[in-house]
Amino acid sequence: MEIFGIPHQAFLGQIMLGLVNGAFYAVLSLGLAIIFGLLRVVNFAHGAFFMVGAFIAFLLGRNLGLGYWPAMIAAPMIVGFAGIIFERFAIRRIYGLDPLYGLLLTFGLVLVMEGGFRVAMGSSGHPFPTPQLLRGAWDIGFMMLPVYRGFVILIAVVVCAGTWILIEKTRMGAYLRAATERPDLTQSFGINVPLLLTLTYGVGVGLAGFAGVLAAPIQHVNPSMGSDLVIIVFAIVVIGGLGSVLGSALTGLGLGVIEGLTKVYYSEASTTVVFLVMALVLLLRPAGLFGREEA
Amino acid sequence: MALVYRIGLPLLIAALIAVPFVPQLIYPIFLMKVMCFVLFACAFNLLLGHAGIVSFGHAAFFGSSAYITGYALRDLGLTTEVAILAGVLFSATLGALFGALAIRRQGIYLAMITLALAQLVYFSFLQAPFTGAEDGMQPIPRGKLFGLIDLNDDTNLYFLVLVCTGGGLWLINRIVHSPFGQILRAIREHEPRTRSLGYAVERYKVTAFALSAGLSGLAGSLKCVVFRLASLTDVHWHMSGDVILMTVLGGMNSVFGPAIGAIIISALRHYFDALGAWVTIMVGLVFIFCVLVFRRGVLGELSHYLAVRHPAKEQKNA
Repeated sequence: MEIFGIPHQAFLGQIMLGLVNGAFYAVLSLGLAIIFGLLRVVNFAHGAFFMVGAFIAFLLGRNLGLGYWPAMIAAPMIVGFAGIIFERFAIRRIYGLDPLYGLLLTFGLVLVMEGGFRVAMGSSGHPFPTPQLLRGAWDIGFMMLPVYRGFVILIAVVVCAGTWILIEKTRMGAYLRAATERPDLTQSFGINVPLLLTLTYGVGVGLAGFAGVLAAPIQHVNPSMGSDLVIIVFAIVVIGGLGSVLGSALTGLGLGVIEGLTKVYYSEASTTVVFLVMALVLLLRPAGLFGREEA
Repeated sequence: MALVYRIGLPLLIAALIAVPFVPQLIYPIFLMKVMCFVLFACAFNLLLGHAGIVSFGHAAFFGSSAYITGYALRDLGLTTEVAILAGVLFSATLGALFGALAIRRQGIYLAMITLALAQLVYFSFLQAPFTGAEDGMQPIPRGKLFGLIDLNDDTNLYFLVLVCTGGGLWLINRIVHSPFGQILRAIREHEPRTRSLGYAVERYKVTAFALSAGLSGLAGSLKCVVFRLASLTDVHWHMSGDVILMTVLGGMNSVFGPAIGAIIISALRHYFDALGAWVTIMVGLVFIFCVLVFRRGVLGELSHYLAVRHPAKEQKNA
């Protein structure tokens, strides 16, 4: 069976692999969207926190003998804590200024973190073993799907859905949405908005760290693993519209699939297709697929 | 300040002309590199400082112009001035295209769009057949200027770079102080009002993009000729970040402030090169420091200090 001259199996196989990439895009753009929604800061350091998450999981395993599962809990918490400290001592000082400064500040942080890990760990990649439980592959009819990759897609969906429920259905989420709309008014109702900002940044970068741990067994852990990724995620949030949490997650998954399909039909363009889609969306729908027009 | 310019500028020019004759004092190639970045940063600031447009994709203009110049020199065998012109035209066109797309959004979105478009350019050059991918394009012959002047001679090359940089800076100064520059500032300050006065805001923005990109391209072409090399470093987004840092560090509210930032950052990278990745950390810390406590930049802080100390004098001059 063939679809447009491409064997069925290659076609579905690339869609599955695209979904794996899309899962990372989704978790990363989700965090970026939450942070931007409340803090009005475009977190350039998102890719760097992703890298730090992977490194912490790697170091916890190598130096403390901590297994994959505890590391999966511990690494995002450490990353989130680092984010909280950075928010308290740096980002906090630039609220109310032009959002440009947020982008620049976090860009500086990227350089410090990437340079730091390059000094400490070298530029080359460190292999990271797949956890025992998730080795091997499933036969899903049209391809052998490595169990770990299936797990990544599954857990990304769970995380995105969980975050969505947290924001839309809980009291905490209601505070968050209120503070996003009108921080001054929310504050006057006795809600500690500055604390909310700090926690949001912590959770947002914690999500990035979590994605890093997920990615560690797939990619080699190295200081520049998040550096090109963050630009793709930027393009994705431009496509999806930064304001929408669910939108950015869906766009992430969708673009992963589009990327996978491009690999089948015209592999040279697979690195650029996300940016081409972005240009197209800007021409047709400048506010983004799920976005609202705003200044 | 006027006095500083009247005495300082001729002195600076005289010193720059003398440099190639005393190579023991300062390495001319390093100075040429600094001049390229000075031009790049000032060209970038046409958008950031004067039009209030944050482009995070200027490496695309700088780098693609370097590649085109390299291609024209090495593979087409054109003379140097034609090759540089080709690079400049290419990057100006690219700038107009970027501008036309990016100004559909504003502020931080615009920055992200330029960043993504620049990444598109990066991957295109990574895969283009003539660029040599990770190895870069090298060695690129410097060629002969007008088919006559041999640029393999460092002194000749030095004066070419000096004249081009000087000309570029003069042009930037003219643009900023022209009616066109005034309208750009009006757009920066209050876009709806400028629009209501009947100015075609979009057209001005795209023109500003093209001018800034073309001049950044000139800087990239010169750098390519000086180092006989066009590489992915020039198109990578770290370069876009560098030029923003230079501009903010030097002071984006002035015409030549970015030049100071460019000198500081180039010197930092040059003299601490042996430290490897530590330089990246240092540059990152300078970045964070700048944003947190030094937002006016060197020149901005200086003139602020002077204004606070001698308020009457400044008023008279203004």
